[in-house]
Amino acid sequence: MKWFLDLFSSTLGRKLMMALTGLFLILFLAVHLAGNLQLLKDDGGRSFNIYAEFMSTNPLIQIVSKGNFAFILIHVIWAIMLTSKNKSARGPVGYAEASGKSSHWTSRNMGILGTLVLVFIVVHLKDFWAQMHFGAMPTVDYDGTSYRDIYSLVNEWFNVGWYVALYVFCMAAVGFHLYHGFASAFQTLGLNHLKYNGLIQVVGRAFAIIVPLLFAAIPVLMFFN
Amino acid sequence: MKLTLKIWRQKGANENGGFKTYTMDHVSPDMSFLEMLDVLNDSLVLKGEEPVHFDHDCREGICGMCSLYINGRPHGPLQTTTCQLHMRSFTDGQTITIEPWRAAAFPVVRDLVVDRSAFDRIQRAGGFISVNTGAAPDANEILVPKKVADEAMDAATCIGCGACVAACKNASAMLFVSAKVSQYALLPQGQPERKERAERMVAQMDAEGFGACTNTGACEAECPKGIKITNIARMNREYFSSMFTNYQVEVGSDAG
Repeated sequence: MKWFLDLFSSTLGRKLMMALTGLFLILFLAVHLAGNLQLLKDDGGRSFNIYAEFMSTNPLIQIVSKGNFAFILIHVIWAIMLTSKNKSARGPVGYAEASGKSSHWTSRNMGILGTLVLVFIVVHLKDFWAQMHFGAMPTVDYDGTSYRDIYSLVNEWFNVGWYVALYVFCMAAVGFHLYHGFASAFQTLGLNHLKYNGLIQVVGRAFAIIVPLLFAAIPVLMFFN
Repeated sequence: MKLTLKIWRQKGANENGGFKTYTMDHVSPDMSFLEMLDVLNDSLVLKGEEPVHFDHDCREGICGMCSLYINGRPHGPLQTTTCQLHMRSFTDGQTITIEPWRAAAFPVVRDLVVDRSAFDRIQRAGGFISVNTGAAPDANEILVPKKVADEAMDAATCIGCGACVAACKNASAMLFVSAKVSQYALLPQGQPERKERAERMVAQMDAEGFGACTNTGACEAECPKGIKITNIARMNREYFSSMFTNYQVEVGSDAG
């Protein structure tokens, strides 16, 4: 058992947790986006409401959702632990002059980007997830079955200008976070191979641009419609 | 060339340091950076002042002794050691800020000199192989594919200067440690201690107080020997597989 504690208290073990939870959250983003895209369907929110009802009641999804919350929490707590270790590793006196020429901006600002993403997640959970689970929701009937009408709630928020702007801004933060994070997770796991490095880079960067762009496009389109 | 130098001066490990500004009026562009500091020190000695302490040894770019964080970059604007950096890389009238490596694991000894023995302790923890004494074995007795040998030798070019730690925003030593882990992990001669090596060197690295890797790649960009961060991924693989699969064998007392 000692080896297990040694592993997960080492810097590499902590990085392992960051990479694994990060990759799961990347997967979650893809699934979440697939769900959100149904908001754009021209059916008055029917398919989105049915989908949301399924996601909030299916027992298997509920288990995955609990895991998802745990992973977000682990990703944040481990990031704080690593950041504080990294800060103290510089020593009592820092550099008077530092050049950013040797690394990419996103890679040096994952903490700030991550904090923005976390703030967004909290706001997002309060406005949608908590409302869906604990709030008073209007209902709609499809073929005799009653569904909670989350579509109207989303539609309401996405007609508020500053909310849409905040959403788009936070999606940019997600994009920059992923721009470094995606390939970085593979590197941390040791999955670095001359044959596949290029592929991981390209897929990572494409994911980091396309997914947040599509996420952001939804409220913008709904705002202007 | 005329230059203004802002140099970190610190009397001892436990003293507070600060920047002191010096001006130099006749710097030749053909001087190496260390020769320029030699000239400065000569003038300081003549004035009865304490010369600037800095590390140097071979001045051929192979020993890893010279350091200096110059204008925000380890070993200055070129990807080389400070001894191989020449004043032609700077412009007339420029202000040059010179700082020591900054890391909790590399305490300042004096001025620009830092104590890098943390690297020696990491090396001692596992950066070695067992060899038979006796007659030298025939060359090429153990077959090593050329590309594997090349990769191992690329890792082995690490001179342990510490530029990776200095460049890293987390003062992480992973490029150094991974180069040492890699050079042995790749070669047949390194196999007997392979698993223990990764475990012990990483544990020592943590014990020294170096930071974690955030894969910024700054170390690779600043390494005077061009060590690649693919070595860090290899070290991670070595470490994880060792931690998950390595075990101790208890030798029974009633055996035999």
